[in-house]
Amino acid sequence: MQRSHFDEMYAADGTVRPHYRALAKWLAETPPERVAEKRREADLLFHRVGITFAVYGDAQGAERLIPFDTVPRIIPLAEWEMLVKGLEQRVAALNRFLHDVYHGQEILKAGVIPAEQVLTNEAYQVAMLGLDLPHQVYSHVSGIDLIRHEDGKWYVLEDNLRTPSGVSYMLENRKMMMRLFPELFERQRVHPVEHYPALLLETLRSIGPHAMREATVVVMTPGQYNSAYFEHAFLAQQMGVELVEGPDLFVKDGYVYMRTTGGRQRVDVIYRRIDDAFLDPLAFREDSLLGVPGLLSAYRAGNVSLANAIGTGVADDKSTCPYVPDMIRFYLGEEPLLANVPTWQCKRPTDLAYVLEHLADLVVKEVQGSGGYGMLIGPASAAAEIDAFRARLRANPANYIAQPTLSLSTCPTFVERGIAPRHVDLRPFVLSGREVKVVPGGLTRVALGEGSLVVNSSQGGGTKDTWVVD
Amino acid sequence: MLSRVADRIFWMSRQMERAENMARILGVTSNLVLFGTRDRQEENLLAPLAITGTAATFADRHQALTLEALIAFLALDETNPSSIYSCLRDARENANAVRWQITSEMWETLNATWLEVRGIRRERVTGAGATQFFDWVKERSHLFRGVTYGTIMRGEAFNFSRLGTFLERADNTARILDVKYHILLPSVKDVGGALDYYQWTALLRSVSAFETYRALYRDQIFPIKVAELLILERRMPRSLAACLDQINQSLERIEGQHDHAVKRLAGELLTRLTHADIEEIFQDGLHEFLTSCLADMIELGSRIQRAYLGTV
Repeated sequence: MQRSHFDEMYAADGTVRPHYRALAKWLAETPPERVAEKRREADLLFHRVGITFAVYGDAQGAERLIPFDTVPRIIPLAEWEMLVKGLEQRVAALNRFLHDVYHGQEILKAGVIPAEQVLTNEAYQVAMLGLDLPHQVYSHVSGIDLIRHEDGKWYVLEDNLRTPSGVSYMLENRKMMMRLFPELFERQRVHPVEHYPALLLETLRSIGPHAMREATVVVMTPGQYNSAYFEHAFLAQQMGVELVEGPDLFVKDGYVYMRTTGGRQRVDVIYRRIDDAFLDPLAFREDSLLGVPGLLSAYRAGNVSLANAIGTGVADDKSTCPYVPDMIRFYLGEEPLLANVPTWQCKRPTDLAYVLEHLADLVVKEVQGSGGYGMLIGPASAAAEIDAFRARLRANPANYIAQPTLSLSTCPTFVERGIAPRHVDLRPFVLSGREVKVVPGGLTRVALGEGSLVVNSSQGGGTKDTWVVD
Repeated sequence: MLSRVADRIFWMSRQMERAENMARILGVTSNLVLFGTRDRQEENLLAPLAITGTAATFADRHQALTLEALIAFLALDETNPSSIYSCLRDARENANAVRWQITSEMWETLNATWLEVRGIRRERVTGAGATQFFDWVKERSHLFRGVTYGTIMRGEAFNFSRLGTFLERADNTARILDVKYHILLPSVKDVGGALDYYQWTALLRSVSAFETYRALYRDQIFPIKVAELLILERRMPRSLAACLDQINQSLERIEGQHDHAVKRLAGELLTRLTHADIEEIFQDGLHEFLTSCLADMIELGSRIQRAYLGTV
């Protein structure tokens, strides 16, 4: 049978790729019962520790485990180093772009990106105009979703520059693998990721508004019913900083304080895991109970730093994504090291016509969507679903982009019948402050259903530990 | 520590203590009603409602004052915020909100307690089953307190947990004594009169003080000594004095900013209990004394809220 995707472990001729040899040998030597037993142990541990995420739309506010797969996804160091260069380049250009669109707007004047694409974008925040940020960095924590296509090359699926999540799974998955299979780590050197919280704290401190004082950093969460609450609490604990909710903070005389049992305490940097719209009821949504009244004025006065900055959404919007290679050329004068997935903009009549004609072959997404909600996967949908989607698309073309159905690469994964290939993607995390840092690894998401391409945890995807090896 | 976090921890501990106290009150009431003499039945049934201030709500929901109705209302009614069920639920909910500031053992204790009480079938909580249930609640509370004491770092989380426990306990001991004394000795003239031995031992047992009474007084049960034990005896861990002693120790360790009013009131209360004379208290009226203690403890609670817990 003709294979139409790239497999991470096996080359096309069926031989094991060099960086997977140690694992393959171990799998061959280890009795399947022992591996199965370890998998049950992993499930038990995750349950006990309570590494769960809340599922939206569940009336009970149910908590669910994200399935963890024990076969690691392995990337050779040389390839990883190439990826890192591409990621650094991309995030640098995105940060330059964000600074530009809130300052001189050179890229719009040059006609590289249509002005309306930026200025009429819902995520564009006029409140950010003319505001100077430390190191001119907007996206301090960037999650860049990558896939490997059947040609073996990496492509950027999307950028996440608002409040990307998943890094806690990267860390917990590694901890779990080292606990379950210590012998695997003796056989080959796996580059460590455990220092991520320390790097994150260093990054956050480096954007403190006052050079003279050590920045007091907090993590801000919408609360325990948020789907990523576990991660918010986890990161706060790992960094040794307070996990605050909106009502814990208040603004007085232009500064932000938290309410503590010992009185008020000033806050310098807020790693906020809450959307722009909910940050400050005085400036954005007035019905927000999650935010802090006056936060924007303190931010604009330069008395508090936010990570990520307000208004980053204009750069990671799926309809902006196709312009990133041009941004790289414009700001850095370099050729992009990481390719974009080809994208059709449904707001363009010619693109829309093509998309409507080829719906059954394409993946169509909402430009502001995330988490795999509100998307159509043409090849996997019934005719009725496609027709229903066609109507939605016609009604509001500007709300959608389309991409070819990519053949995400596969990686061996434990399923009920043993080990079988399942599709995976990769989300590395890029930290930008005074310096740019990327830990060697990331979150590998795996679509557990046979042939499925949807890796989102909210849609039944699982995760794998991601190894960078010498 | 964040005020919100301290508030959750404070209430988590209060609610667990409240569940235990309710189990104690109901346990003793069941005992008196099932195995005691026929007289004073109604007063005994009314006492738990009087202690928790829920007589009116009860009357709205139940036609007859029976032991079954009382237990249904105070033990398992999820719409009654004072019920054991509600307290265990709220304690667990508070713990869940601060899971990262307490130890995993504390969380697991409260979570397991909640999961278990949720699965208890109502019809089992009658007769001997009721006694078993009340014992179980007490055990879970003992376990939680022990786990807290044995695992948590000595810091603000510990301090606020202890503060919640002992403020709740002091409040409860004062209420039990006030209500029971009123039932057993409606008039001060009765002091020293014929005693209902069974009722008095039940009162002592409800606060685990029977053995302590025997050990300290080696005597018959006299009302005035019971009051002395439950109010002034610092060696009796559920007495007002012992609770105020613990409250003051916790407050001393808490580093606050505008908390002078809290610490002063707690100190005054302890001083009053330390130097009080039980004969004088009786001369001036036990009920009046307890009422003023209760009012002060309620005030202490609201000052704690204002000074530390972010409640304006």
